[in-house]
Amino acid sequence: MLIDWGYVAVFAIVGGALAALPLVVIWLISPRSAYPQKLETYESGVPPIGQAWSQFNVRYYLFSLVFVVFDVEIIYLYPWAVVYPKAVASRSFGSLAFYDILVFLLILTLGLAYAWRKGALEWV
Amino acid sequence: MTGEVLAFYVLGAITLAAGAVVVTSHNIVHSAVALVPAFLGVTGLYVLLNAEFVAGVQVLIYAGAITVLILFVIMLTEGGTGLRLPQRNEQGPIGAAVAVVIAGLLTAGVTHTAWVAGPGALPAYTPAAIGQSFLGPNLLAFEVSSIVLLVSLVGAIIIARKEE
Amino acid sequence: MPWYLELLRAIGGTILIFSGVAVIAAMFGVLLERKISAWIQSRLGPKHVGPQGLLQTVADTLKLLQKENIVPRNADGLIFASAVLVVPLAALLDYVVIPFGTTRWGPLIFRDLNIGILFFAATSSVVVVGILMAGWGSNNKYALLGGLRSAAQMVSYEIPMGLALVTVAMLAGSLSTVTIVRAQAHWWQLYIVQQPLAFIIFLIAATAEVNRVPFDLVEAESELVAGYFSEYTGMRFALFQLGEYGEMFAMAAMAVTLFLGGWQGPLLPPVLWFVIKLYALVFVFMWVRWTYPRFRIDQLLNFSWKVLIPVGLLNLVATAFVILLVHR
Repeated sequence: MLIDWGYVAVFAIVGGALAALPLVVIWLISPRSAYPQKLETYESGVPPIGQAWSQFNVRYYLFSLVFVVFDVEIIYLYPWAVVYPKAVASRSFGSLAFYDILVFLLILTLGLAYAWRKGALEWV
Repeated sequence: MTGEVLAFYVLGAITLAAGAVVVTSHNIVHSAVALVPAFLGVTGLYVLLNAEFVAGVQVLIYAGAITVLILFVIMLTEGGTGLRLPQRNEQGPIGAAVAVVIAGLLTAGVTHTAWVAGPGALPAYTPAAIGQSFLGPNLLAFEVSSIVLLVSLVGAIIIARKEE
Repeated sequence: MPWYLELLRAIGGTILIFSGVAVIAAMFGVLLERKISAWIQSRLGPKHVGPQGLLQTVADTLKLLQKENIVPRNADGLIFASAVLVVPLAALLDYVVIPFGTTRWGPLIFRDLNIGILFFAATSSVVVVGILMAGWGSNNKYALLGGLRSAAQMVSYEIPMGLALVTVAMLAGSLSTVTIVRAQAHWWQLYIVQQPLAFIIFLIAATAEVNRVPFDLVEAESELVAGYFSEYTGMRFALFQLGEYGEMFAMAAMAVTLFLGGWQGPLLPPVLWFVIKLYALVFVFMWVRWTYPRFRIDQLLNFSWKVLIPVGLLNLVATAFVILLVHR
């Protein structure tokens, strides 16, 4: 099993090198004729006003927050889903396997409903 | 030196180097982006411990979700401009002394403990094994963790929305 | 096998997948897109370069390779440069767990990981970090706004995708892609027949993950210039496109694996079946692109959180209930 991940690591390293290959090619063969106007930041042709960063709305943060909580929920669902068919068929767990996930999902749906009511999922 | 030991050293080096960048960089966005190699190094360490599922979860949650969360938070603050923050203040020497003392304590603790080493290979923490434990011994922990998630969601929304 | 042979095998497999993706996804994919859009819009696509325009993308790539490498003065050098590598690399890592067919020595897959579909979901979520880096590193208002919105969109649609993946994992009892394909041996066992709702949810979430119409607000020219890659010119732009098209093909390939039975089919060789099903789904993606107008950002996010996630959760619970009834 460890060898599988060795393969993945080789894939990542060799892949990174292959993806960087076109960049090396450009660095070798592309023309260079930089002048100040060319290096300006693009803003529809006019000189840029102010800096790129401005105070962004808190809604980006709220979306990523609710996302993290639900992502962790899905993490809990993966192992449960893998053992579910066999657990339901077996004598030892039976319908317990269904009811426990029902409770889990109900609690998190409560969280989704709370976020919905409190307007954390609104964009405007 | 087997491949595993070599991999351990390489992954440890990546994690520590990335961690050093996170802690000492002047630019907070650089710090946040340097978290990604640190998390990936830890992923490799989990793989070496035969915990494949946890490694996948580490990439999915930490490198995928938490990094995005941290970057969004940084964009909300002035750090998003990339301004250079001073990394030293007058308490530097005291801090360094405390760090050396803690490192000494940790090293002494680690080297003088009689770690219990079991025979054989590590158990495989496959998704199936984790699922079995969710339905069996850790059923209560499974349900309680959903309540913990609910509490953190509600709390964070309350704090974030109070500015409205 | 001694370690150097394993290493050679890994490197060979990587190069094979990379060139395969570069040719089939990027080159053919872009050409297919232009031809299909032309057909839908009652015009001819590229026709001059090569027979019937087949070498058009090759010509485009050669052109882009010679373009000047412009880095804006205020861009953050390191982050600007590394974002270009993160996005295509994460998109290409998706292909590690996709089974392309089967030979008499076993399935044709780079590595059949035990956590196959979790690995796929994980690498798809790393792409978001690359996009944020690209948006911020350009130091350009359009790019930054595009990057943030794109991240918010992709992040919102990862959850319905995860729910669809969990539902399929529940039916198959495993996270390994080869096991999931083998569980669909007969036509009535295909997961598209057993889980049509999960299939639709996955396709919609996949379209949003790769920023395609109707979810391409963040790259629409009239909205945000080119979104997070406004400041990337020449080959860097081509690498982002490679990442995007590569990820679209990877999503289609994963949908084929999860719902359409992977490489299985009568008569024809398995790899051919896989390619046929893959291109059928890619055609659906492109067909949708040239048919629908795009959503606004709030419609897009509402649709994910308020429609897809509740439907996905209901589907999951209903499927679990049906499995319970079947086994009792």
